[in-house]
Amino acid sequence: MTETRLDKPHVTIAPDGSLDHAEIECGCFLGEDEMPAPLPFNEAMAKIKNWVRANSLNIIAYGTGCGAIEMRPLGTSRFDMERIGITMAPTSRQSNVLVVSGYLSVKTLKRVIRAYEQMPMPKWTVGLGSCTIDGGMYWDSYNTVKQVDRYLPLDIYIAGCMPRPEALIAGFKELMEKIKRGEANGWNEYLQNLDTYKANQRKVITDWGMPAYNW
Amino acid sequence: MELQLPILEQALWTALWVFAALLYGLLLNGIIRKIVGRIQGRIGPPIWQPVIDLLKQMFLRTSTMHGIMFYLAPIFRAVGGIGILVFMPIVVGVPILENFGASGDLLLIMYFFFFGQLGMALGAGEGGHPYSPIGISRGLSQMTAFELPFGLAMIAVAAQTGSFSIFGIVEAQQGGWTDWYLFQNPLAGLAAFIALVAMNMYAPFNVVGAPQEVPVGPRTEYNAMFLSLMMSGVSVFTVAKCILFMNLFLGGTTTILGFLVKTFIVYFWTVFVGAVFPRFRVEQSIRFLLKWPALIGIAGVAMVLA
Repeated sequence: MTETRLDKPHVTIAPDGSLDHAEIECGCFLGEDEMPAPLPFNEAMAKIKNWVRANSLNIIAYGTGCGAIEMRPLGTSRFDMERIGITMAPTSRQSNVLVVSGYLSVKTLKRVIRAYEQMPMPKWTVGLGSCTIDGGMYWDSYNTVKQVDRYLPLDIYIAGCMPRPEALIAGFKELMEKIKRGEANGWNEYLQNLDTYKANQRKVITDWGMPAYNW
Repeated sequence: MELQLPILEQALWTALWVFAALLYGLLLNGIIRKIVGRIQGRIGPPIWQPVIDLLKQMFLRTSTMHGIMFYLAPIFRAVGGIGILVFMPIVVGVPILENFGASGDLLLIMYFFFFGQLGMALGAGEGGHPYSPIGISRGLSQMTAFELPFGLAMIAVAAQTGSFSIFGIVEAQQGGWTDWYLFQNPLAGLAAFIALVAMNMYAPFNVVGAPQEVPVGPRTEYNAMFLSLMMSGVSVFTVAKCILFMNLFLGGTTTILGFLVKTFIVYFWTVFVGAVFPRFRVEQSIRFLLKWPALIGIAGVAMVLA
């Protein structure tokens, strides 16, 4: 818990291992006042970058709940997500989309946080199924996270129990449009409100047992 | 052979060919993904998808740091590919495309082949993820196995020509397609082309980065800028390997069209094999490589010396 690795640039953890007095160093994200002045070149470059990012999404191959079964047909000949540039990536280092597929138990939430924080920025998250919005059919479960939004920022929700693969494709296309407009900034909000998110996560995860921030 | 152009001018042209090879390798990869998609009844990605993926990786923020070798490994990988390309004639007869060939460059190229992989092994080992060393141990043990048939085939070709210069080897095959070493010495050609499948790490020799077992093998920890540099290095390396095999066994080429067709054929040989065969385990692939292609290679050398 009190692991301090000084060669990691982003988060400095307080000596007691908690995040109460943690500091996030600059370079990790850009706050509103740190944004460079909008030059015409920057604007054009940002548009190109966003177009490129939107057209090459790598989903981390990690199914959290039953919704993961709906991800598999997307790779097959009937739906073929590769035609719009979406592929599956096996490690979190090489992926930039996390799909919270269905219900999320507290035990799984811990792993999802680890995977999400290890992904290089910018990164996006998709909530698949009603369970990620309000708990769905697990609304009275003792061990299931009801609103994933309290613990991780979600950029797109795809409602349904289960949503069909067509709905997933529509959701991913919506995510791509959002990235192109430059509005999918959940990763930035996560870092700006890291204290709130971490406090919420620590409320439900009783056996923390991992670094305060995983890189 | 002597340089036909001033050395600085030749260096500028060669630098341009390195970038051209990068783009060509990415497009070859895209065409393959499209074809595999069509085989599987899918529409498949657009053929420029690898270019978009490469740019995407460049525009991500690098978040990991594992030490100096971790940084250097993608550079080693790129240098391995560029080194092969620089010392090899691409199109014979066009001075600007003949690069820096010299006598004995076949030996130099064989060193460059393993330079990139060894640097990659050192760097990936520093990544700290347990899957990286597993991938590395598989990759290096497989590498020692395919080195043997590949080296034997090279010896056969060099002995038949009486020269270690690639330019000389290409010139010796200029009589027509029957003069190609693939038909002059089919045993050495077969050994080399089986070794090529293992070199490209296509099925049945793709256990190194086996997606269902060790996620992506040695490059598990690589992300963002490192990964984009590594992808560029791999695509230059792939094109360089295709050009080398074209020069050694398919008679080189004197036209741009011939270059495109022959490198395409060499690259797709591995894909055709990979589409048919399932995957070997490590000890199976080593046993296979040290048995059949090695024996065929020895027979090829014997055929030349007899």
